[in-house]
Amino acid sequence: MGRNLLIRIGSTMVTLFGVAFIVFILVRVVPGNPIAMMLPPGASDADIALLTAHYGLDKPILTQFWIWLGRALQGDFGTSISLRQDVMGLIFGRLPATLELATLALLIAVALGGALAITAARFRGTAAETGIDLANGASLAMPDFLWGLTLILLFGVAFPVFAISGRVSPTLDLPFVSGFYLIESLLRLRLDILLDLLRHMLMPALALALPLAAVIAQLLKTSLKEAMQQDYVMLARTKGFSETRVLLSEALRNAVIPTLTLAGVQFTFLIGGTVIVERLFSYEGLGNMAIDAVINRDLPLIQGIVLVFALLFVAINLLVDLSYALLNPRLRHG
Amino acid sequence: MTAPYLDIEGLSVALREGARLLRRVSIKVNPGEVHALVGESGAGKSMIARAVFGILPNSIEILEGRVALAGEDLNAMSQGPRRSFIGKRAAFIPQDPLTALNPSRRIEPQITDRLIHILGMKTNEARARALALLGEVKIAEPERVLRLYPHELSGGMRQRVLIAAAFAAEPRLIVADEPTTALDVTVQKQILALIADMQARHGTALLFITHNLGVVAKLCQTASVLYAGKVVEQASVRQLFEKPQHAYTRALMAATPRYDRPDESLKPASPELLAALAREVADTDAAWLKERHHG
Repeated sequence: MGRNLLIRIGSTMVTLFGVAFIVFILVRVVPGNPIAMMLPPGASDADIALLTAHYGLDKPILTQFWIWLGRALQGDFGTSISLRQDVMGLIFGRLPATLELATLALLIAVALGGALAITAARFRGTAAETGIDLANGASLAMPDFLWGLTLILLFGVAFPVFAISGRVSPTLDLPFVSGFYLIESLLRLRLDILLDLLRHMLMPALALALPLAAVIAQLLKTSLKEAMQQDYVMLARTKGFSETRVLLSEALRNAVIPTLTLAGVQFTFLIGGTVIVERLFSYEGLGNMAIDAVINRDLPLIQGIVLVFALLFVAINLLVDLSYALLNPRLRHG
Repeated sequence: MTAPYLDIEGLSVALREGARLLRRVSIKVNPGEVHALVGESGAGKSMIARAVFGILPNSIEILEGRVALAGEDLNAMSQGPRRSFIGKRAAFIPQDPLTALNPSRRIEPQITDRLIHILGMKTNEARARALALLGEVKIAEPERVLRLYPHELSGGMRQRVLIAAAFAAEPRLIVADEPTTALDVTVQKQILALIADMQARHGTALLFITHNLGVVAKLCQTASVLYAGKVVEQASVRQLFEKPQHAYTRALMAATPRYDRPDESLKPASPELLAALAREVADTDAAWLKERHHG
């Protein structure tokens, strides 16, 4: 276990270094000059050269990278060019909003996908299964941002039950000490704030969740149907248990294992999807900030955000591997 | 004359596409009796077992006949009540212990789930029963075994666990579907002796499905010989061995190795016999179809 952990940490470091390096080079090679965008039109060449030197952008790219890496290893990710604030501070200010949105979306996807899969497997071979298959197909065929637009039209415009932009109503007085509004409002039992948060978050979360829910539903249904053919399921039937009970207590446990691996990978896609969906709903999260950073060619900020996303991907994969061992007793030894 | 505990009467089942798999099978098992169901692979032995538990696959339909357990017609019940009615009275010992235990559940709930949820025992009561039964099937350290997962047990141990789970519910009927076929030859004898011992101790009626006539002679009192879904002979085991009536039964016996005459070569079924059997099955089906259309 200790050896595995070391290998894991080592490969994580290599991944993060690779991501940092590639992004660093890419954002400097593509056209667009952050300094020119900061200064008013007609600024003198001398001013531009001065500011460029100030941010160290006059040096060769590789030299810049080593300087950045040296500082990053000490926890200093630089200052945002467009916002003039510490990059890490900016990221940690926005990260909780994105984490809460992604987690809410994941919960919705698992609940919805799981319920659909169980229903379809329980009533396999009937019209219910066909209907669920069709809904899954439709849900998969549409990308998250299209779902976002559809939801805005439906529940923001036609039947305005949800808020179409932002994370929370600006008029509300927030007593929070952290950025985790959803969790804090739950802990402090502030139901008024919780409802307002959900009124803002449910639509973007649903837009992110629907494609993932379809993947989970389809995959889990297939595994469940296969598990229902197994001998131990037949034995449970002879013991007197109903089909529903057999499905839930015998088949589900074994069917979840293959679903989990793919759902983990799909969840990382969902995190990537927050970038555009947050933009669509003007949700003040990390993804929304990433788009601003790209538009402004804010090199240090882009660099920091991409690293955080990369770290999230690695963490999710680690969690999937750990839960895999937890669910499958045959992998628990050693 | 006691009423049979299991009473299968004129049961015909078929694939929904058409082919008949069981041809008016009638089998009676009295309380405490050990009845052998003998036949080659594909004869429909396992189909009968599934019919007893009311769990035939969806692709198969019951054409006629009835299955009664403890005097109650199972087909007259709806699925839910039928399941728990059977679960309280009958238990199944499956063929392959390697696939019949759920790989991701510990042994304890796989023995106690029926006791708790179908028979309504309390958790500690069910656990005590499970421990006692594991002792009866001669599993050492039953406390430890209850906490294990199936993959931590050998095939023979798993079959013992399944036998314990079947007897734990104190059923009045056990259906054992070739319970030793998947095991090592050395383990087979132990498991057979164990089943015989448990049956005698609990006085449970047993429907023992096998293709091994040697086992029938040792374990059973009565037997049905099945060929192509049709019972070709039904008799006491003594009668069956001393005066087999049907040519197929005689051929089956000739194809069984004997300890007392190891040099005698085994005789495969003759082409004449196979042709005669095919004709008999075809005649049965023709008569059945005629009766159905005129009756």
